Amino acid sequence: MIFAGMFYIATLLLVVGLVYKIFDYSRTPAPLKIPTTPAPTTQKGVVYRMAKEVVLFESLFKSNKWIWVFGWLFHFGMLLVLVRHLRYFVTPVPEWLVFIQPFGKYASIMMVVGLGGLLARRFLVDRVRYISTPSDYLMLVLLLGIGLSGMMTTFVVHTDIVALKEFFMGLMFFDIQPVPEDPIILAHLTMVALLMLIFPISKLLHAPGLFFSPTRNQADNPREHRHVAAWAARLDRNN
Amino acid sequence: MAAAEFDIPEIKETIEVPKIHEGVMAHVKSFPAPKPVQDFMGYPHELGEDWKERAIDKMGDLLGKYRSLKVFLDACVHCGACTDKCHYYLGTSDPKNMPVARQDLMRQVYRRYFTTAGKLFPKLVGAKDLTRETLDEWYSYYHQCSECRRCSVFCPYGIDTAEITMAGREILNHVGIGQKYSNEILGKVQKIGNNLGLPGPALEDTLQGLEEDIEMDTGVPVKLPIDVKGVEVLLVTPSADFFSEPHVESLIGYAKVFHAAGISWTLSSHASEAGNFGLFNGNYETMRKVAMRIRDAALELGVKRIVVGECGHAWRVAYSFWNTLTGIGYGADDPFSIELQKQLDHNYPQPQHICELTNDLINQGKIQVDPSANDDMVVTYHDSCNVARASRMGDMPGGQFIIPRDLIKKVVNNFHNMADDTIYESTFCCGGGGGLLTDDLMEVRVKGALPRVTALNTVVQEHGVNFMATICAICKAQFTKVLPKYGFDMSMVGGIHQLVSKAVKLDAPKQAD
Ligand code: HEM
Ligand code: SF4
Ligand code: SF4
Repeated sequence: MIFAGMFYIATLLLVVGLVYKIFDYSRTPAPLKIPTTPAPTTQKGVVYRMAKEVVLFESLFKSNKWIWVFGWLFHFGMLLVLVRHLRYFVTPVPEWLVFIQPFGKYASIMMVVGLGGLLARRFLVDRVRYISTPSDYLMLVLLLGIGLSGMMTTFVVHTDIVALKEFFMGLMFFDIQPVPEDPIILAHLTMVALLMLIFPISKLLHAPGLFFSPTRNQADNPREHRHVAAWAARLDRNN
Repeated sequence: MAAAEFDIPEIKETIEVPKIHEGVMAHVKSFPAPKPVQDFMGYPHELGEDWKERAIDKMGDLLGKYRSLKVFLDACVHCGACTDKCHYYLGTSDPKNMPVARQDLMRQVYRRYFTTAGKLFPKLVGAKDLTRETLDEWYSYYHQCSECRRCSVFCPYGIDTAEITMAGREILNHVGIGQKYSNEILGKVQKIGNNLGLPGPALEDTLQGLEEDIEMDTGVPVKLPIDVKGVEVLLVTPSADFFSEPHVESLIGYAKVFHAAGISWTLSSHASEAGNFGLFNGNYETMRKVAMRIRDAALELGVKRIVVGECGHAWRVAYSFWNTLTGIGYGADDPFSIELQKQLDHNYPQPQHICELTNDLINQGKIQVDPSANDDMVVTYHDSCNVARASRMGDMPGGQFIIPRDLIKKVVNNFHNMADDTIYESTFCCGGGGGLLTDDLMEVRVKGALPRVTALNTVVQEHGVNFMATICAICKAQFTKVLPKYGFDMSMVGGIHQLVSKAVKLDAPKQAD
C-alpha cells in the first residue's frame, strides 16, 4: 500500500510539475533572435540541429570528449534500460520488446559506467569540483543507486518479476496488488520514486529545457522575417 | 584613481587551461556611473532602502519577458563543459570567470527566490540569499564578461552566459549601480548622435579633411557625403571610424568602394553611430531607442539601402535585431514596419554588411582590385565574436566566415588562418567587447586577450604574419592598446577595408550592369 501510494504521488507530481514547466516555458516569449550562429536558416534545419543535439549531444562533442563519452553512455544506457522496463507495463509483451531485452540488460552497464565517469570527474577535475553543489553529487549517487540496485535484481539475486509486473499492472488499473517483499527491489523502487519527485524541480529540467533554448531552436532568418514578442510590439504603436 | 598594477601574462606555445585560483580577479571594479549619467538613463544612482525587493522584482520581470533567462537558469546540469571555454578564465584563472560559475552568481539567487528546491533546501542545491556581497560580485564579474557567446557554442543546451550577464547588468542598473563607461556612452549617443560625442559640425569638418587627404593621396576626388537626401545608400558606421586609427583607414576604404562603383551614398549626423551599447546592458527599450535613430535617418533621407560599416556588436544588432526593433528588413505586415520596408530596394539584403557589398561588387566586376598593392602584407583574420556567433553574411550559414575571408583573399596575396579552434565559431574574443573597452578594466582586457594573442603569435612565428584584419571597431581599439603590452606593434591591426582601400582601382572603367 505504501509503495502504491508513493508511486501515485510521484507520478502525479512528475506529470503536473513537468506540464506546468513546459507550459511556463512555452508562454514566456523570446523577444529577440538569438540563435548561436552559424545556425540553420529554416525551421526544418532547426529540427535537424535539435535532433543532433538530442541524439548525438553534438555541442558537447565539440566541447569535451570525456564528458561526452560518459554522458552519452549514461543517457543511452538509461534510455535502453527504460525501454526494457516497458515489459512491466504491457501485456502481452510485443516481439520487439522481447528482442531488446538482452541489450537492455547490458545497457545497464553502460549506464553505470557513464555515471561512474561523471562522478569521478566531479572529484578529479578542479574546475568541475568548484562548480559542483551537494545536489550534483547526490543526483549521480541516486542514479548510480538506481542502476546498481537494478543490476543486482538481474545479475545477482533474481527478483520475482512476475509479482512485480502484477504490482505495476495493478497500479495502472487501480487494482492494488502487493509489492514483492525483496529489500533490493524496494530500495530500487524508492529511489526511482524519489527521482520522479525531484525531476520537475531540479536540473533534470535540462531535458525539456533543451527544446526551449532560443540559441538552439531559432532559425537564423532575421532579415527576412520580422520577429516581435507581444510585449515588445506594444512599443511600436507609440511611434 | 589609478588602476592596479598587474603582470602581463606570458605567451605560451599553446593555449593552456590553468588550475583555478579563487578570488584573483575579485578586486576588479569598473568605475560606477555618477548621478547625472544614471539620471539621464532613468536609473537610480545609489542603493535605496528597498534595493533587495527592487532587484528581486526586476529579476522576476526579466524572467517573465525572456525565455532565454528562465530556461538557462533552470537547465544547467553543472556538467563543466564550458569551464575552459572563456578567454577571461583562460587568461585570469579566476574560477568565477568560468561561464557556469558566472551564471551561478545569478542562479543561486534565482534558486533561492524563484524555485521550490531552493526555497526548501537552499544548501543542498547551492541557493543563496541576495546580499550586498552578492551584488558586489555581480558588479565585478558581470563586467568581466564580454558577452562573446563562446560558451554558448559549447554548452549542450546552448546556454549563453551573455544573456545572464545582460540581465545581471540590467538588475544592477535598476538598483542604482550602473557602469560609468557604458551608460555615459548611451547618454552621448542619444543626446549627440554617436558614442564619441562628436557634434554634427565637427563631423563635417573631419570628413572634409579626409576628402582632402584622399585627393592628395590618389588624385581622385573621393567624397564622404553627409546628410544628403535621395541617395541610394545610407552608411551607418561606428563613430570611431571618423577619427581613430586604424579605423579611419577603413572609412576611406568604404568611400573609395562607393566611388569606384558609382553608388550614391551618405552618412547621417543623426545616426552617426552604428554601435548600440543598449545590447550590452540588456535593456530592450534602450537598445530600441538607440536603433530608432537609424530608422528615422533612413526615412528622413529617403534612402533605398542601409549598409553597415565594420563593427561587430553593431552588426549583431543590425543583422539580428533591427528588423525586430525598428522594421529595417523584410517580411513585416504591420504598418510601423511597412512604412520603411516599402521604401527599401528589395534587390538587396537589408541591412547589408559593407563586406557583403564590396565582395559582391568585385564578384560582379563592378569594381576592380589589385592585390599586389598589399604585397608587403602577410595577413590573418580575427573573427569578431558578434559577427561569428550572433549574425550572418550572405545567404548561407557560415557566410560570416566565408565572405570576409573571400574578400581579403581578393585584395591581398598572402593570407594565413590562425588555428581552427581559435577562429570561426570558436573564435576568441579580443578581450575588450561587451562594454569592457575602458581603461578601468585594463587588467581584464589584457589578460582576456591572452588566448587570441597566443594564436596570433603562432602564425607570426610560422608564417611571418604582420597584419591581423578584423571588422570590429572594438577589436581594433582593444588590440591597438593591448598588443603592444605583449610586444607586438600596434599597427598590426586594422580593418578589411583598410586593405581594400589600398587595392581598389579608383579610375577603373565602370561596367554597365
Ligand atoms: C531529451 C532528453 C535528454 C537530453 C538531450 C539530455 C542531455 C544531457 C546532456 C548533454 C548532459 C550533459 C553531459 C552529461 O553530464 O552527461 C546531461 C546531463 C545529465 N542528465 Fe540528461 N538529457 C536528457 C534526459 C535526461 C533524463 C530523462 C535524465 C534523468 C533521469 C537525465 C539525467 C541527467 C543527469 C543526472 C545529468 C548530469 C550528469 C552529471 O552530473 O554530470 N537526463 N544530459
Ligand atoms: S559570453 Fe564570452 S566572456 Fe561571457 S562567459 Fe561566455 S565565454 Fe566568457
Ligand atoms: S556547459 Fe552548459 S550545462 Fe554544462 S556547466 Fe556549462 S552552462 Fe552548465
